[in-house]
Amino acid sequence: MNDKKAAGLTRRQRYDIQQKRRALLVASASTVFVVVALVVLVPLTPGWEKVQKSFFNGAVLAKTFPRLLEAFKINVMIFAWSAPAIAVLGLLIALARDAKSPALFPLRIFGAAFTDVFRGVPVVLTVYLIGFGIPGLGLPRPWNSPYIWGSLALILTYSAYVAEIFRSGIDSVHQSQRSAALSLGLSERQTMRDVILPQAIRNVVPSQMNMLIALQKDVSLLSFIGPVEIFRQAGVFKSLLASFTPYVGAAIIFLVVTIPATRYADYLMARQTRERS
Amino acid sequence: MAKLELRNVVKRFGDRTVCAGIDLDVEEGQMVCLIGASGAGKSTLLRCINLLETIEDGEIFLDGNDISIPGLDPQSVRASIGMVFQSFNLFPHMTALENAMLAPRRVRGLSRADLLPEVEDLFRRFDLADRMHNYPDQLSGGQQQRVAIVRALAMRPEVMLFDEITSALDPQLVGEVLDVLLALKKQGMTMVLATHEMGFARQAADKVCFLKDGRIIEEGPPSTLFEAPKLAETKAFLARALK
Repeated sequence: MNDKKAAGLTRRQRYDIQQKRRALLVASASTVFVVVALVVLVPLTPGWEKVQKSFFNGAVLAKTFPRLLEAFKINVMIFAWSAPAIAVLGLLIALARDAKSPALFPLRIFGAAFTDVFRGVPVVLTVYLIGFGIPGLGLPRPWNSPYIWGSLALILTYSAYVAEIFRSGIDSVHQSQRSAALSLGLSERQTMRDVILPQAIRNVVPSQMNMLIALQKDVSLLSFIGPVEIFRQAGVFKSLLASFTPYVGAAIIFLVVTIPATRYADYLMARQTRERS
Repeated sequence: MAKLELRNVVKRFGDRTVCAGIDLDVEEGQMVCLIGASGAGKSTLLRCINLLETIEDGEIFLDGNDISIPGLDPQSVRASIGMVFQSFNLFPHMTALENAMLAPRRVRGLSRADLLPEVEDLFRRFDLADRMHNYPDQLSGGQQQRVAIVRALAMRPEVMLFDEITSALDPQLVGEVLDVLLALKKQGMTMVLATHEMGFARQAADKVCFLKDGRIIEEGPPSTLFEAPKLAETKAFLARALK
């Protein structure tokens, strides 16, 4: 009785503090153990010295990093024109798939076929088929550029995914919103544009952020059809310098962009979950 | 001629008949209350009047014009019949003012500037002037429901439908919404309510209709229907509802 008064805590609070201390202790101990194991054990492996020299060579990294950064500009550029195109095309496909008028039935079929095809084929395959296939028609410059057709391959594939996310967003808006809008005399079209879509788009922002992050990485697939973007540039250095370190450098550059973006998407997602509860 | 006339209205969802031949006359300026257990067809009937549901049989007349002709464009009809829902259904991404201006701008084709005085006046009249620029989630349930009523009124409807508009409200907020209905009645608005507020129906309605299994089985002025119901079913329902 005296103890409790002295501490000013209930037994539940004292128990919780004890549990928290224990959890902290266990987490610290296991982290230290894993780090020590990595630092001590990995260098003991027979190939470590070779791997270190090839993958983590400071001199090579310093020498190649500026050029890698330069090449990354191409990734950013391709990303920058593909992303808006994907957003627009994805939204159009989503709307086409939900079209109710019988005159638009072909559009519906087209939308469904489009998403089925481009979600069903590996991205790299689409990049190959479109990136090599269409310039193969013998188009004049600049229409034979792999930048154009590679970007198109990304745009088509990602639009299919983005369209499905938009559709789930449209479904997530409650029917009662539609009833309310129609009851005021708005047309189906006005209801979609002014009432449903703004809410649908807001609901799927976090998911679409994740698609953007994936797109940023998949831009590297264009290296297979020509553009010397960062992955290709790292490959060139690898051959030149007989070192894998440029790949590590490329990975670092990707992470600097994608980690903050991923964190931000997670934050948006968490905030949305909170708002809904 | 009644303002609103329903003749033998039938509505089915699959095999389930929700409205089984409903006849109803609503005179200009009348307040008609539909009462009955949940699932009796009150809400569906209101949705049919507003053409949110298509009816399988029967006719609905507004000012003597058949509005239930298959293939008729429902938009113009809905613009002159306002509806307010149990769950408010305000648009969460718009302020109260924008909620009220959207339909008049789009359907009546008026500019914001032309509309503003008229809509602001509505907000003032229903004691919401200081709430116009709030989003729905910043408003109490009672305020949201009053905004929903203002939104419907901004279309200048000739008839208003109210679907259990106080059922989702905390008891202490019900009064402010019912007061709005009384004010509208005073202005001569023609209204049809689906409601569980027996006290309000008794006090304010011109006519009360008791629905059971998709039919109006008894109707009359509240004095008769509440004080001296003819049917045993009505008596049993009222005994439960007024308990």
